[in-house]
Amino acid sequence: MNNEELPIFTYSQPGKIGVNLPDASVETTPLPADLLRQDDLAGLPELTEPEVIRHFTRISQRNYSIDTGFYPLGSCTMKYNPKLHEEAARLPGFAAAHPLQDEALSQGALQLMYELQRDLAEISGFDAVSLQPAAGAQGELTGILVFRAYHRDRGDTQRTEVLVPDSAHGTNPATAAMVGLKVVELKSDARGNVDLEDLKAKLSPRTAGMMLTNPNTLGLFEEHIVEICRLVHEAGGLMYGDGANFNAILGIAKPGELGFDFMHYNLHKTFTTPHGGGGPGSGAVGCTAALAPYLPGPRVRQREDGRYEFFTPEKSIGRMKAFHGNFGMLVRAWTYIRSMGAAGLRKVSETAVLNANYVRVMLKDIYPQAVDRICMHEVVLRGQIAGAPKDVRALDIAKRLIDYGFHPPTIYFPLIVPEALMIEPTETESKQTLDRFIATMRQIAGEAIETPEVLHAAPTKAPVRRLDEVRAARQPILRYDAAAISRLQSES
Amino acid sequence: MTHYIPVTDADRAEMLKAIGVERIEDLFVDVPESHRFPPLKLSPPLSEPELMAELHRLSELNAHARRYSIFLGAGAYHHFVPAAVDQILRRGEYYTAYTPYQPEISQGTLQAIFEYQSLICALTGMEIANASHYDGATALAESAIMALNVARNRRKIVVARGVNPQYRAVLRTYLQGLDVEIVGDETPDASIADALNQVDEQTALLIVQNPDFLGRLRDLRGLGAQVQARGALLAVHFDPIALGLFQTPAEAGADIATGEGQPLGLGLAFGGPYLGIFTTRQKYVHKIAGRIVGVTKDVDGRMAYVLTLRAREQDIRRERATSNICTNQGLMALASAVYLSLMGKRGMRTVAEITYQRAHYAARRIAALPGYRVLDDQPFFREFVVQCPRPVAEINAALRAQGIIGGYDLSADEPQLGHAMLVAVTEMNSPAEIDRFVAALAAI
Repeated sequence: MNNEELPIFTYSQPGKIGVNLPDASVETTPLPADLLRQDDLAGLPELTEPEVIRHFTRISQRNYSIDTGFYPLGSCTMKYNPKLHEEAARLPGFAAAHPLQDEALSQGALQLMYELQRDLAEISGFDAVSLQPAAGAQGELTGILVFRAYHRDRGDTQRTEVLVPDSAHGTNPATAAMVGLKVVELKSDARGNVDLEDLKAKLSPRTAGMMLTNPNTLGLFEEHIVEICRLVHEAGGLMYGDGANFNAILGIAKPGELGFDFMHYNLHKTFTTPHGGGGPGSGAVGCTAALAPYLPGPRVRQREDGRYEFFTPEKSIGRMKAFHGNFGMLVRAWTYIRSMGAAGLRKVSETAVLNANYVRVMLKDIYPQAVDRICMHEVVLRGQIAGAPKDVRALDIAKRLIDYGFHPPTIYFPLIVPEALMIEPTETESKQTLDRFIATMRQIAGEAIETPEVLHAAPTKAPVRRLDEVRAARQPILRYDAAAISRLQSES
Repeated sequence: MTHYIPVTDADRAEMLKAIGVERIEDLFVDVPESHRFPPLKLSPPLSEPELMAELHRLSELNAHARRYSIFLGAGAYHHFVPAAVDQILRRGEYYTAYTPYQPEISQGTLQAIFEYQSLICALTGMEIANASHYDGATALAESAIMALNVARNRRKIVVARGVNPQYRAVLRTYLQGLDVEIVGDETPDASIADALNQVDEQTALLIVQNPDFLGRLRDLRGLGAQVQARGALLAVHFDPIALGLFQTPAEAGADIATGEGQPLGLGLAFGGPYLGIFTTRQKYVHKIAGRIVGVTKDVDGRMAYVLTLRAREQDIRRERATSNICTNQGLMALASAVYLSLMGKRGMRTVAEITYQRAHYAARRIAALPGYRVLDDQPFFREFVVQCPRPVAEINAALRAQGIIGGYDLSADEPQLGHAMLVAVTEMNSPAEIDRFVAALAAI
């Protein structure tokens, strides 16, 4: 992983090119001189194909990835990404089809989307699904816009507040704000659930809805979920389910049956579409029949003659993006559901929960569990090791894990847990891997007591060591600038 | 039971014992009993060979670029994708990695995104780029949100008619909760000057597209200064291939420039995943949405890359964040970085030239057909409007029978143009293919 590699621009030499293009081979038309750009694309590099391939291959080796190791990053569901899915999405009928070609020429794609809508609805207990949102956060935006439209359509215009637990992902409050709604934060109780008394106190005729992740970000199933949904509904609000943790409950519980009105699926978490170093994802959404008329279009339906067509629901909030969603991700998710089937999906969640609980019981004597309960697909521990100096922090434990060849868990989240270590093993890890991880975590705890300086210095075996993040923000270099980089390198 | 789950029955028994429960079901006691273990009515699972056969069957029900000649664009373009691009995308080190929050073991992704940002700045002439949005439409919508945050107290967005109608729809979806007025695209023949006339002291942003939805190239020099003189910002939605030859958004004086990166090596993919390109001025760096990669050093003084200026983002700032965006289109940004590196300045210019020349060749040939009229009174790049003797739907149906996907039917978006087809031609349409298209039109 230590292939140091200069910025690609430094390899540029005039006259090189990395592609073999045809000639125009037609009678030429003069270019409109006054519309041409003036700088001759001076900033673009000039390289041959082998140089480009070597560059991007070398830097790829400076990445950690699921294919190279255990990635127990809580809340992110870093499960194995099946290779079949990559082949499937690259079939020319999927990869080289135009999104606006006639529906008669797109029946395979539409059938796939229709079946994925149907299967996601079945798995989650909802009546309708839209595949359009591109990511979880966009699914949230979709849901809160739908809530707003639903209330307004009923003449209920006073609902301006969205309840969000203090343990929620940052996307939840950020989403409510994007829709112009006020965020009302809810406390968690001692067992890691939403505090019911606080909920009751904050529900009002102003409540548009509540956003809840279940299992929540402590990795715990909300013990009062049915009661919470009932209370919100009684107040006239709607329940939004953040599907980030859906990997815990496939075939275990259906959010639609628990009382949720709307939820997004992170196809890039639960349904194995790769995370891609930050994206693309897919944030498909499901909802009850009452909210279906407001979903974004286009959705797919089957006609009486058996053919498939796009349609936009009658009171749709509109489109969330161009075309039909991140279709390549939909192909992968469809393939996953078809290869697993009902029993396979239940096995996924059972094993994800088994793995997390195994890590939990093997580590909680050293790393206290945030709330001592059976967990779901992930466990939140505290990086507070008895007998270790106070300045050994979750960050140090995380960085030391890198030296042992593991990706760190999510740290400092949820925000309500001090020194949080949020560990999500997923179902695609073996007991052997978990045992190695557990042994390493225990070893690090020993180091924290005996040789804490080793943790503070970690990582030492990664391509780079700890970074000066303050400098990156105070003197930002956000694009290639040879002079700025040279100045940076000459600083002591 | 499944080839993706490596926990054996023996492991499971041992682990349950360690946990202190008897059965796997005991782990789910917190789920209300009446809702526990619902049946899932799904099709029976398929083996990998069966599944691949079914995928082949479904995929071949679709027309695609290997079987059809494509003259359809309208926001998604059939451009050449070098084989090298996908070879890089297939590297598990990239596509099975998460967002680079642990920079010490994410230097590959971080360097690639930094180079993407740099290449996009070089292509557009703009000062900074973020690490991507979902697509061109959402990048454009985010430009409006950013402008509303910069020009506080201004609650009006002017969007020119020439902006892709789907993008204008997304803009309206995004802003529907924010008490913002969106105007400027009501009149079919509205020019950019007309749109500029609507920019007043209430306006936060003017959005224009160049080339516009109908393919027309605009001379936007000086527009930024005119808009800024009225206290508003200018956003230009650009086409990344056109920038191989034509005016950059920076030359227009744009404060924000957005683009759909799909033509930069992503393929058609039935509409996604694509790439939302977002660029702006350095002075707005704290207002920009999404992730940004910067350069710094590690404790040993080695140059390194890191996500920076994170205090704008939702996981830190929560309801005061610049946007709710988290997951972006990182792998697509990598694809476009590889594409731009392979192309370089010469390749980008060449692709733009071939596209321009072949589009004009096609337009000339079609204009010579009886009954067809090409609207070519203004310069165009890759797309042009053809007024047809019959409804476009009928013409396209006839073309389909000959293995040709005709242009975009404008009858819903621009009904005043009559039977109008928006034809797109790229370097992937050979002269012979164009001739076949023209002959097929002539025969209808």
